[in-house]
Amino acid sequence: MDNNPYLEVFIDESKEHLQAINDNLLKLEQNPNDLPIVNEVFRSAHTLKGMAATMGYQDLANLTHQMENVLDLIRNEKIQVDESVLDVVFDSVDDLEAMVVDISEGGQGERNVETVVAKLYAIEQGEAVADALQQTESASEDVHNEETKLEVDEFTMAVLEQSADQNLHNFEISVSLREDCMLKAARVYMVFEVLEQLGEVVKSEPAVEQLENEEFDTRFTVLLVTAAEQEEVVSKIHKVSEIDQVEAKEFSVREDTESQPEPVQEESSSGTQTATAVATKPEKKQEEKPKEEPKETKQVANKTIRINIDRLDVLMNLFEELVIDRGRLEQISNELNHNELQETVERMSRISGDLQSIILNMRMVPIEQVFNRFPRMVRQLSRDLNKKIDLQIVGAETELDRTVIDEIGDPLVHLIRNALDHGVESPEERLAKGKPETGTLELKAYHSGNHVFIEISDDGGGIKREKVIEKAVNNGVVTEEQAANMNDKQVFELIMSSGFSTADQISDVSGRGVGLDVVKNTIESLGGNISIDSAVDQGSVFSIQLPLTLSIISVMLVEVQKEKYAVPLSSIIETAIVKKEDIMHAHNKKVIDFRGKVVPLVFLKDIFEVPETVEADDYYSLVIVRKGDKMAGLVVDSFIGQQEVVLKSLGDYLSGVFAISGATILGDGQVALILDSNALIK
Amino acid sequence: MTEEKTMIKVIVFQLQDEEYTIPVDRVGSIERMMTYTRVPRTASFVKGVINLRGVVTPIIDLRERFGLESVEDSEQTRIITVTINGMNVGLIVDAANDVLDIEEDSIEPPPEVVGTVEAEYIQGVVKFEQRLLILLNMSKVLSGDDVKQLQEMDV
Repeated sequence: MDNNPYLEVFIDESKEHLQAINDNLLKLEQNPNDLPIVNEVFRSAHTLKGMAATMGYQDLANLTHQMENVLDLIRNEKIQVDESVLDVVFDSVDDLEAMVVDISEGGQGERNVETVVAKLYAIEQGEAVADALQQTESASEDVHNEETKLEVDEFTMAVLEQSADQNLHNFEISVSLREDCMLKAARVYMVFEVLEQLGEVVKSEPAVEQLENEEFDTRFTVLLVTAAEQEEVVSKIHKVSEIDQVEAKEFSVREDTESQPEPVQEESSSGTQTATAVATKPEKKQEEKPKEEPKETKQVANKTIRINIDRLDVLMNLFEELVIDRGRLEQISNELNHNELQETVERMSRISGDLQSIILNMRMVPIEQVFNRFPRMVRQLSRDLNKKIDLQIVGAETELDRTVIDEIGDPLVHLIRNALDHGVESPEERLAKGKPETGTLELKAYHSGNHVFIEISDDGGGIKREKVIEKAVNNGVVTEEQAANMNDKQVFELIMSSGFSTADQISDVSGRGVGLDVVKNTIESLGGNISIDSAVDQGSVFSIQLPLTLSIISVMLVEVQKEKYAVPLSSIIETAIVKKEDIMHAHNKKVIDFRGKVVPLVFLKDIFEVPETVEADDYYSLVIVRKGDKMAGLVVDSFIGQQEVVLKSLGDYLSGVFAISGATILGDGQVALILDSNALIK
Repeated sequence: MTEEKTMIKVIVFQLQDEEYTIPVDRVGSIERMMTYTRVPRTASFVKGVINLRGVVTPIIDLRERFGLESVEDSEQTRIITVTINGMNVGLIVDAANDVLDIEEDSIEPPPEVVGTVEAEYIQGVVKFEQRLLILLNMSKVLSGDDVKQLQEMDV
């Protein structure tokens, strides 16, 4: 199953659909009478069900089916949307999510969902007798169809029924491969690809898994729901090579059950006779054609494709190669001083510049991907905590590199939990303070310069300086004297220092034994930083600053003797050139007076044991770097300039080299090491 | 080639006077010597990193790793890139000579004393025609212990 090429697609799409369901359910909760939203939810659930059934995840299909029944009742205004109904639906979505996660981790998506199913069923039964009737009807149809070659279970049947309602065709397609077909699984895959383009495969016989493993003779049958015409389907499948025979016929679920079984049964008795069935079918189809056409044009509108992030990484690597060669070409053309060559190389440089920004942009995804799970989480949390919270999201479209997106989710979850648990007060408390009963939590993302800012602000109780100091002193994070000298901001930052949060305050919501120090560490490891602002009774703002991407950073290239090093611009305050006689000594260390501050000097030449080849002059070139409030002056021999470089790791073999955070490849193809200035500041 | 015997394909390279082998499936490529960037504060046998078609790859000097005397790079000097335990490393060797098929059964445990190389790096020896080939235990050669120790001392 692991190698199933559909699995990935299935998981991706299921997640998307579940997200869509979640989002829409939340909207529905706000406007319980907005039926178009129910339709949206229904559509997502329906697609999910179809996919799950095709992939053979029965539990998933089963639950989705029950949920769909309830949604259907809502849609037909047979039951009213209220909190209790939505709670059950939300619960089932949770279960569905858990199943999909299980599947993505290699499981079978099995899960005990009896209680939820029972609840859904109760809603369905309790308030709509009419529909229960419908239910039994379709069940009886099942019995009919079981006689045909393709055994269709209840869910598939429901899918088929609904597609018939939407004027889509249900085709039963038998495909025979040539006897001498070498790669049967590959052909099957190609056929399925064709079919997926045309519509939705709801059922296959033998099952997809068996087909994948070539556990079939030369013939397989699928049920396809499509807007396309029969001829089109047949001819498209025929385009796949090594296909011997393709037969498609209408697979009907309702009225035609009487007339249809005959040819189907014939087919199952002898494979060759079906040729006649094919011949007769087209006419039947023609009548329906006019209705179908508009549908088809609609499907073309989807213009996005999915790409595995690894492929983009490969593309990026290849592109970097190109950039290196471009650098060489530029050098050569300058040396040769050939006009036409220079022009061409310049053009190439421009184009590759454009290409670079496109490739980088492809890796950018809206932060929505992270944000969109929060409304649901906040809803649940506010219930658990008996608080009323209004979550506002601003700037969900802000784009960030995929690598950052992947890492930022957990810290944000932690901060939100923290804000809800410790920040926003209970409704009573709020009323007593003269605030509105409902607390507001704002999640805001925006770009500024080369950074993305994410702010989490609440209008809760704020952070009380005295309480923080008391706790910090008790836990030995700071001494009382130290605390007395701290300004408010420094005090607030204490709550993120390790050792502040202790195990005795574990609650369900925030604090699973890990404190905000983990959040801070994660964000700093991403090259960002976090700051806190707070006012008692007015609320707190946690503000996170992150680099746009982790793979490309701006650096200052410097030379130490003959070796080149790159210093990330994010840690540089400025560069300076000082005379040797301006150097002072303090505690046996060389320091300078830099804008009124005493800054220690770090001689890279000595620390990195660089072989000495260049004669020293009377000046020191300094790169002033900072780590928090501390500064240091890195002594180098010359500045080369500022540059955007691609960050590369040194590989596992050299992990953890002192004061080196990675490497990059320069225009001349040489590797330059990137300094980790944090390690150089003690 | 007879059916019963399992053959393994190995790359043969030269280090001082001896011939060593690595299974070919561990080898990524064989490169000519190229300029490298020194990585400060690493073990002395870690020569630095090279740009191997866009991938930053550490290279180690096998002579130094084995405690042999170092020599000037020559026309014959090669970098053999290997992948062991997910680590990608280039090995600087005196020359890469040959690709051979050897019988798995013909691998003998290392004799007590083989040349100058520490026995722990040796997995076995193979007699191939008139040559004695030393089969290296790459994971030992690349084991990070020595590298780490040196770092700890420095920091």
